[in-house]
This record gives sequence, C-alpha cells and structure tokens, in this order.
Amino acid sequence: MSDSQAAQAQLRVGLFVTCLVDLIRPSVGFAAVKLLEDAGCAVIAPRQTCCGQPAYNSGDRADAQAIARRTIESFAGCDYVVAPSGSCAGMLARHYPELFSEEPDMAIKAAAFAAKCCELTSFLVDRLGVTKISARYAGVAAYHDSCSGLRELGIRDQPRKLLAGVEGLRLVDLEESDVCCGFGGTFAIKYGELSDAIVARKCDKILASGADTLIAGDLGCLMNMAGKLQRQGRAVKVRHVAEVLAGMGDEPAIGEPAAEAAK
Amino acid sequence: MSVAATTPRFKANVHEALHDLRLQGALPHARNFIGRRADAAARLPEFDALRDSARAIKDHTLAHLDLYLEAYEKKVVEAGGHVHYARDSDEAVAVILGICKARDAKVVTKGKSMISEEIGLNAALEREGINAVETDLGEYVIQLRGEAPSHIIAPAIHVSRDDIEADFRRAHRDLAPDRDLSQPEQLLGEARAILRDRFLSADIGLTGANFLVAETGTSIIVTNEGNGDLTQILPKVHVVLASLEKITPTLNDVAQILRVLARSATGQDMSVYTTLSTGPRRPGDPDGPEEYHVVLLDNGRSATLGGPFAEMLRCIRCGACMNHCPVYHAVGGHAYGWVYPGPMGAVLTPLLIGVAEGGNLPNASTFCGRCEAVCPMRIPLPKLMRIWREREFARGLTSPFARAAIRLWAFFASRPTLYGLAVEPAMRLLARIGRRRGRFAWLPFAGGWTRGRDFPAPQGATFQSRWRAKSGATR
Repeated sequence: MSDSQAAQAQLRVGLFVTCLVDLIRPSVGFAAVKLLEDAGCAVIAPRQTCCGQPAYNSGDRADAQAIARRTIESFAGCDYVVAPSGSCAGMLARHYPELFSEEPDMAIKAAAFAAKCCELTSFLVDRLGVTKISARYAGVAAYHDSCSGLRELGIRDQPRKLLAGVEGLRLVDLEESDVCCGFGGTFAIKYGELSDAIVARKCDKILASGADTLIAGDLGCLMNMAGKLQRQGRAVKVRHVAEVLAGMGDEPAIGEPAAEAAK
Repeated sequence: MSVAATTPRFKANVHEALHDLRLQGALPHARNFIGRRADAAARLPEFDALRDSARAIKDHTLAHLDLYLEAYEKKVVEAGGHVHYARDSDEAVAVILGICKARDAKVVTKGKSMISEEIGLNAALEREGINAVETDLGEYVIQLRGEAPSHIIAPAIHVSRDDIEADFRRAHRDLAPDRDLSQPEQLLGEARAILRDRFLSADIGLTGANFLVAETGTSIIVTNEGNGDLTQILPKVHVVLASLEKITPTLNDVAQILRVLARSATGQDMSVYTTLSTGPRRPGDPDGPEEYHVVLLDNGRSATLGGPFAEMLRCIRCGACMNHCPVYHAVGGHAYGWVYPGPMGAVLTPLLIGVAEGGNLPNASTFCGRCEAVCPMRIPLPKLMRIWREREFARGLTSPFARAAIRLWAFFASRPTLYGLAVEPAMRLLARIGRRRGRFAWLPFAGGWTRGRDFPAPQGATFQSRWRAKSGATR
C-alpha cells in the first residue's frame, strides 16, 4: 500500500448500493466494494432502500422527502457516500437539496449530505486520484454515457480513463453515446412503446460500433439496452463498468443465465 | 377559440407516429440541427457567457414586465401605431377580425407566427371569408396540406420533397402539368412565383415578432426567406401578433439575445434577415404600411409571473430543445397533439390548455436533460416538467394504478427493515423462476417493458442480505 493509499485508509465510505443493484444485480455492489477497498477506503453499507427518485419523478414529493430523510440519517457517519450509478448519485447530490428547498433546517442537512455524495468512477478518479486499476477483460467494448451522470454530474472521461487501464480491453467509439437509451425509470413502463423505439435506435448504434460488449455506469440503462439486444437476439454482452473494472468480467452478463444453470 | 388538442390521446398518437413510414423517413432531418448548433457554439468562445447574459436580460424584463409593457406601448403610439391587449385567444382573434373588417380585407398574407397557431387564426379568418396566405415556405406547404406545424422553426420538417411536389401539382392546377419539379430549387421557384402575386394583392400583412423593443417601440422579426419583409412592407396594414413576453428592454439587449438565437436554432451565426419595424410609414419613407397594429396576447402568461413557470417565459422559440430530444426524434411534433411540441411544448402546453388535458406531455420525458443542456435561455425544462407531475399528483390526476404503485413502493422504501423483509423472498423467487434463461420475456404489470424487451432476472439474494451474511453484521 502506498503512502497516499494509507492516508485514504481513514476514509469511511458509505456504499449507496442503489435499489436496482441491491435487487437485481448484487455483483455490481460487490464490484464497487472491491474497487473502493482496493483504493484504500473502509467501506460500509448501512441498511438502505432506494434514493427516492421514482417517487420524486412521479410527482410524489412527500414520499420522496420521507425516503430522503431516511437515507440522510442512514449515512450519517460516512465521510463519503458513493453510488455505482450516475442517476442515483445525481438524485442524492443534486436533487436532495432541491427537495427540501422550503424547509431551511433540512435543506442545510441535505446540502451537507449532497456534498459527500459521489458516483463511483468519478469518486475514484476525481476524489481519490486513482489512475490505474488492475483488471483484465478480453473484448471490444462500447461505452454508453448515461444521461444523469453525464449532464448532472459531468461524468464522461472518468470511466473511460479507468477502462483504458483494463488489460485486453479495447474501447471503440459509440456514435451518439451521449443520447438517452430511452430508459427514464418509470417512463420505460408508462410510455413503453416510445421507450422501446428509443432503445431500438440505441441498439442500432451499438451494433454499428462493432463492439462485443456494451458498458455503462447505470444498471437501469443497462437493463434496458440488454433487454432490447437480447429480444433482438444479439450476442452483445452488457456489463456494468464496476464489474469490468473489478475484474469480474467473466460473470454472466446482464440478462444471461448463471453458468451452472445454462448447462 | 384556440386549437383543439389531441394531447389526451398522446399514447395513441405515438403509436400512429411510430408506424407512419413516411413520417419516420422524414424525421431524421431534425437531427441535422445538432451538429450545426454544436459547431456554431464552438466557434464562439463567449457563447455560454452570452447565454447567462441572455437569461439575465429576460429575468430582469419579466420582473418588471408591467413597466416595460407600458414603455413599449408609449413608444408604439408615439410612432403612430396602435397597441391592442388580448387576454385570451378569442380576444386576439376578435381584434384582428376587427382590423380586417375596418379595411374590408379579402386577403391577409402571413409571416411565420406560432401565436397565430396558438389562437387558431387561419380558421377564424377563413370562417369570415378572408383568405389567409402563409408565406413562409414551410408554412405554405403545410397550409396546402391542411396540417399544423410539426416544429416551431421548421414547420414542414415532417414532409418529404416528394410529398411537396405532389402537393404543388395538386394545388397549382393552372400550371403546366408536365413541368419539371424534380429539384428543390424548382419547387422553391414555383412557390416564390405564386407567393409574389399574393404579396402584391394582400390587404393586410400579419407577422409574429421575435422581439418587441421597449426602448423604441420596434418589432423585430428574424427570418431566412425574406417573406416576412414582403409581408409587412407591401400591404397597407401591418399587424404584429405576439405574446407579451417578447418584450425586451433595449436594442442592445436584443443584440445579445440575437447572438444565441440563430446559433441555437439552425447553427447560423445570424439569420439571413433581421428586420426592424417601428410604426407605420412616415412622410418621406420610401415604403411601409399606412397602419401599424400590435396585438399583444396574454393567454395565461402573466399569471405565471412570480411562480416557477415564469422561467418558461424566457423561451425565445429557437427549437433547440426539440432538435435534441429523443422523444421528439422518435415521433415528431404532431404526436404532441397541440401547437407546441418538444420539451418546451411539454412545459408550455399544460400552462396554456391546462394540466388535465396537457398532462401527458410533461410525463412523456426520460429526463435525459439534453434540452436543458442546449437551451440558450437556460430554462430548466426537466425541473419544470417535474413540477407539472407534482401538481398532477397533488390534484389526483396521476393514474390510480401508477399512484398506488408509487405509494406502495414508497411505503417500503422509507422503512428499510420492512423493505428488506419484503424484497428478499421476492428476489429469490424471481431468480429461481428466471434462472434457466437469465431473463423474462414477460412480467406482470410490466407489459410496457416486456412487449419489446426482455427483463433481466435477479441474481438471487439481494446485495444487502449477502453483505450482512458476509460481514456478520446483525442489523
């Protein structure tokens, strides 16, 4: 362990797992834990649920506030709160303060909490200065920029910088990588036909890139793109950036059966 | 009377649009604006600073709109013009019909005006036997087709060249049937020749306005075809129809906003024509109308001042938001079902026709945020759409099923222990069912998703239960 890592060993990082990772793909959470621990952080994962974004974006402000209060409380003892998702991190870091704009006491707490919140790859690169990770992945990958991470938190170069250090991985350009995949949370179900048309175009671009693997930093978008690619019968593997960076790229990809089940 | 909305049947509109092959063939044109805007912005180092400045100018104006409206009116009257205030569409139509009747007008030529669409002016004029002639090429094409604009700056963006040729052959029956119309220039030449006659025979010319300048009483239009100039200079009467947020304090302010307008819209540094009109023709002027009227439409806008939606009144109608919108790209403008499409329409439509009718639009967004990122006036469009969703939720307009689902989810999500107990067995069960394929082709209550996409099966136990098992934590 280097000196700088030793200094960072003091950092107590709360992992905000995100509800989708917690429920659907826990391996992304463990990948995040590995990356944070490798960078010298002490990781805790307090009991948690969801950031409240589905309620917030459905116009249910009161419930979103109730969930936000719980979340802020749960992570009280952490130096940082890190999420393997730009969308959830954006909710914590950008929207929590807004959520309490009419409650000055809570607004102050929410702002202090928001300042501690970070998306995983930007935390590693921007806050910890990680330049190299040791992982291998054999494949040609395209990277999709999920909207909230890109536009609310400025995440674009950080995951690419880290992926550049993965041995065996070649990153190719994805045309319109900054265009929405059509997920949009409850939008994907409420306006399913529209959502499906948007992701169909995204899949065309992914196929045109020639990549055999699609990587992104948000499980919601990944599930949407994986679901469409698989319905179309495409062989492209879809993976979360944390899994690739943590060297867990040989796990079954999103939407694929577990190895022993496939036999 | 304003135009009837099909916004309540937005989902059916979407379905039709997605299956309309002609429309789908034309829609990619809207994406052409993206690269042009990006290049134009990149060429101007102070572009973002200008956006801040433009926002500040509009915010200041809106905070003092009463003063600037009075100052503007005074200047228009001093220049010999008339100002008419219209509270709603009906009043605006009545004022314009009054001006037409006083002149016994038979033909009204029109420059491009979205406010004229908002108040349903063409239909009202036709009902009175007055021939309204759109002179913007795109507007002319859709008028021939009996359609509404599908884009606020490129009204016929949904129409292909072949369709225009067919429309021209159908409408211009006096011309030789065997004429060659295979080139866009030939179509343009034909429209120009026909419109030239209309310009000369019009009794009244009606234009919109991009700016109304309080300092001088000037109305300003920004165009690329020059049709607006012929519309407002040749007839004896010029009517300017605009909504009241077009007021801008000074010409200097206008100059700043102009620098972001065309760049955001088409990627041009400036539009081809920027035309200023101040009052009617003065003695000694070589040309100009004998009468100059300004019809200022409110239609609910003043009621938004001081509230969150006042930010929408900064909009300068550049169209950048729709040019960058994945929803607009997928279905085009008509699916939105009323006058204003795209993200700006999603905020403005409920404001103008009510959220009960317009509520689909602010919901039909992924909140990708690209619209806000390119808006020259920095209007927080996703935030404003979210406020509409909050108002719907508060008023019980959200669908009962969606409401119940969100509230049930929120009940558990704000009680972590209970949540853990509830989700753990559910995920284990789903994982068991989905184990062999790794995904589901169908899930209950998620038909909107699974109709076109698979849904990944969970891996099994949740992260939190695995984590606690691993770290031996008891909580």
